[in-house]
Amino acid sequence: PFLLFQFSKGGTNRPAVWIDTGIHSREWVTQASGVWFAKKIILDHENDKGLASILDKMDIFLEIVTNPDGFVFTQTQNRMWRKTRSRHSGSACVGVDPNRNWDANFGGPGASRNPCSETYHGPYANSEPEVKAIVDFVKNHGNIKAFVSIHSYSQLLLYPYGYTRTPVPDQKELHQISEKAVAALSSLYGTNYKYGSIITTIYQASGGTIDWTYNQGIKYSFTFELRDTGRYGFLLPAKQIVPTAQETWLALKVIMLHARDHLY
Amino acid sequence: EAAMELPPSHYPASRAAALATGYACYRRGSPGRGLALRAVRRARRQDIDDAGRKYHLELVLEDVLDKDSTVNCTAEVLYHLDNKKIAPDVQFTIEGELKNTDEADNIFYNRIKTLEKELVAENIPDSHGNVSPEMEPIHLLAWVASGYVIWQNSKENTKFQLAQIKRVKQVKRSDEYLEFDYLILLHEMVSQEIIPWQMRVLWHPQHGVQVTQDSRQPKQASE
Repeated sequence: PFLLFQFSKGGTNRPAVWIDTGIHSREWVTQASGVWFAKKIILDHENDKGLASILDKMDIFLEIVTNPDGFVFTQTQNRMWRKTRSRHSGSACVGVDPNRNWDANFGGPGASRNPCSETYHGPYANSEPEVKAIVDFVKNHGNIKAFVSIHSYSQLLLYPYGYTRTPVPDQKELHQISEKAVAALSSLYGTNYKYGSIITTIYQASGGTIDWTYNQGIKYSFTFELRDTGRYGFLLPAKQIVPTAQETWLALKVIMLHARDHLY
Repeated sequence: EAAMELPPSHYPASRAAALATGYACYRRGSPGRGLALRAVRRARRQDIDDAGRKYHLELVLEDVLDKDSTVNCTAEVLYHLDNKKIAPDVQFTIEGELKNTDEADNIFYNRIKTLEKELVAENIPDSHGNVSPEMEPIHLLAWVASGYVIWQNSKENTKFQLAQIKRVKQVKRSDEYLEFDYLILLHEMVSQEIIPWQMRVLWHPQHGVQVTQDSRQPKQASE
């Protein structure tokens, strides 16, 4: 079982937006931002017209600590831990990269088959319960229209694919949404983001979350890499949490509003 | 061969830019001045027969202590052919003046020189990103020195950043230099690995920063 927030104004199985934070445990600004998003939705769902209009038509799902075992480990043993904490037979090393464990060109280039590596894809797709739980949820729900997975750091807004250079069919639309979302984000504190497909902007990666969700038919699949660009990296000062969450929320609203206006 | 234009937001340009910035920071930095990459304005790439691949970059660098202070920088990065195990060649030009840091550097220098016991510290920044004001120059000195390690070890498929100082110990010296032994963690973006690295850093306000010895360390046992 996993802990998930559902924000809903009613209806049955409404089209939905999914947001997850903390899938890589060392990316602490993301879990913290997730907490801020939850509070924001609760406080603003009536007085913020954009948010109110989104919730009139769609539900929002928010998973904040998507990798709980890893998160605990970063607090108690190793602040730089990224992966899950699973033990698979045949190796002394622990953990699977939950962003290489999805069934999208699983095991392909840009993921490692070495269990000791930070990008170890695991013994098979969805081997990690953290990943399987989301896969099952998405398939059972059947009406998720936008999926946003949040990471740090690098200040990037990314869309599929990571596993191949072939552009997604919706590339033009996703690129335009990204341009708008990044402009909204920047408007608050001047934070500069770059945007593009995963494979052209950061690196080739196989078995990634939003490659799978896109191939499931969730057109509006995005990944964020939040602040900063390397000065503090994973150790972002706590005083930057709220500004980061505030600016990111503006970008998330652009994506959610677009989904609401272009339901499919 | 003619140079090919690269999209500045794509990773080949940003990796070369990170390397050039690390090198420029090493050459121009001090405990009072660190340089970071603000933006890639333009990038071109050229294959050079029997030599390797050269990137021509137009960058904007910022002063990490004063984000409003930026300079333009042109740089050339030559990654040698894989079989030649040598560091990339980097040349750069900074347009305009960098802020003068003599006062801050001298204050730090005198503070350390008059310490009763050699400085020792751990985990800078701490888990929550905190750096105490007294440790800020120590942090910046590591940032500058790590530029050397990053330069020496970068390839076209790597992108290094300083992740954290695990520990720093001042080394007693009888001459006017300050010397510190650092154990740092480097984050390599493509493999996502955290790599411990030890480095000896020499500094004097008039003589710049020098890494005199460095070695990669084995991954920690606490896995």
